[in-house]
Amino acid sequence: MMHKSVISLTINGDSVDAIVKDNLTLLDFLRDQLGLTGTKKGCEQGECGACTVLLDGLPVNSCCTLAVECSGREVVTIEGLAREGELTPLQRQFIDKWALQCGYCTPGMIMSATALLNHNPHPTELEIREAIEGNLCRCTGYAKIVEAIQAAAAEMNWEEA
Amino acid sequence: MVLPQFEYMTASTLEEACRLLLEHDGKAKVMAGATDLIPPMRDKVFTPEYIIDLKQIPGLDELTYDEEEGLKIGALTTLRTLEKSELVQAKNPAVSYAAKVIASTQIRAKGTLVGNICNSSPSNDSAPNLLAQGAKVNVQGVDGTRVIPIEEFFLGVRKTALKPGEIVTSVVIPPLKDNEKAAYLKFAVRKAMDLAIIGVAAKIKLENGICTDAKIALGAVAITPILAPKAAEVLIGKELTDEVIEEAAQAAMDSCSPISDIRASKEYRKAMIGVYTKRAIKQCLEQF
Repeated sequence: MMHKSVISLTINGDSVDAIVKDNLTLLDFLRDQLGLTGTKKGCEQGECGACTVLLDGLPVNSCCTLAVECSGREVVTIEGLAREGELTPLQRQFIDKWALQCGYCTPGMIMSATALLNHNPHPTELEIREAIEGNLCRCTGYAKIVEAIQAAAAEMNWEEA
Repeated sequence: MVLPQFEYMTASTLEEACRLLLEHDGKAKVMAGATDLIPPMRDKVFTPEYIIDLKQIPGLDELTYDEEEGLKIGALTTLRTLEKSELVQAKNPAVSYAAKVIASTQIRAKGTLVGNICNSSPSNDSAPNLLAQGAKVNVQGVDGTRVIPIEEFFLGVRKTALKPGEIVTSVVIPPLKDNEKAAYLKFAVRKAMDLAIIGVAAKIKLENGICTDAKIALGAVAITPILAPKAAEVLIGKELTDEVIEEAAQAAMDSCSPISDIRASKEYRKAMIGVYTKRAIKQCLEQF
């Protein structure tokens, strides 16, 4: 017998009610049931970070999270960052600084970095590198990614000032 | 890849969770952060028919410090909370450090210290500190509560002293007195997302320059994390000179029985136990 549950949660600001199989991961729920394919499927072992989303504001591996355990909680994916088509400073800096090549790790990287900047608007380079320690990139060597996050932090602090 | 099928259950009280666990003994797994549950299920290392989520149970995410009792870490207290807590950083920096070196930011946001020890991996980073600092494990069962000393908790790989229907509710680490210092050192190739090749924890008590109590605990060099009482005996009653520390490191090397695997050979692990035992003791001394 296939076990299913009814869940109610917030995804990118929208209330979502769904019937999910108990063994469905949050990653597969987002991609296959909701069509939010910006969140990428990499290792499915919690190693690569391509599937990173924010759960109640903290970055988590959606491949190691059950959809059913997210009932009553708030999920933000890469699709939830831009407002009315306008990218966040962090997203734009990833483009401006060439912080991506193949792009597969990018949504996860941006979610981890978004969580960092939300909690720590003035991160050091070490804090940035620690924040993305769970996000593998096989193209860039990380230097441009760190630069983009630094530039976004500077821009956001400048906007606030 | 789809996970094997199971029925997801929640419990609103500990008693209910214990009852469900006992009712489905052998077929159910308890879930907190799920980060060490879902990957092995995907690999079909285990295929529980039931998963009992503890996250609805109130009060299990406690993190408190008491001068008498010490640091109390609830079953749902995440590694991230331990890593970031100023209280833990101040009262027991070794515990904060051990939380920080586990896996990644994403894993630590969900994973818990209690889950880490309940999975009972020989290389788990939480255990050495708990062993060196004489922690107690609070357990709830269908018939009530009991306390398991940490040195009796680990029985083997993925095997603990928990009986059917029992759930760990918290871990309590005694307070470090002014004349006691502790340290944990993890040796791994990578800074993140890596398991320890070996880990060493130490707790040292000094009175008038003499070591009057000590414990050394070793990770990833036996079927469970272990204490190395012979290494501690070398230290007790002596001034901790380089020669005494060297002798303790040798005793620690003699106490362990590592295996060779993808991360390191047994000879290398043993050698590194010597190096890191010295460093852990010295890191304790540097804090005085």
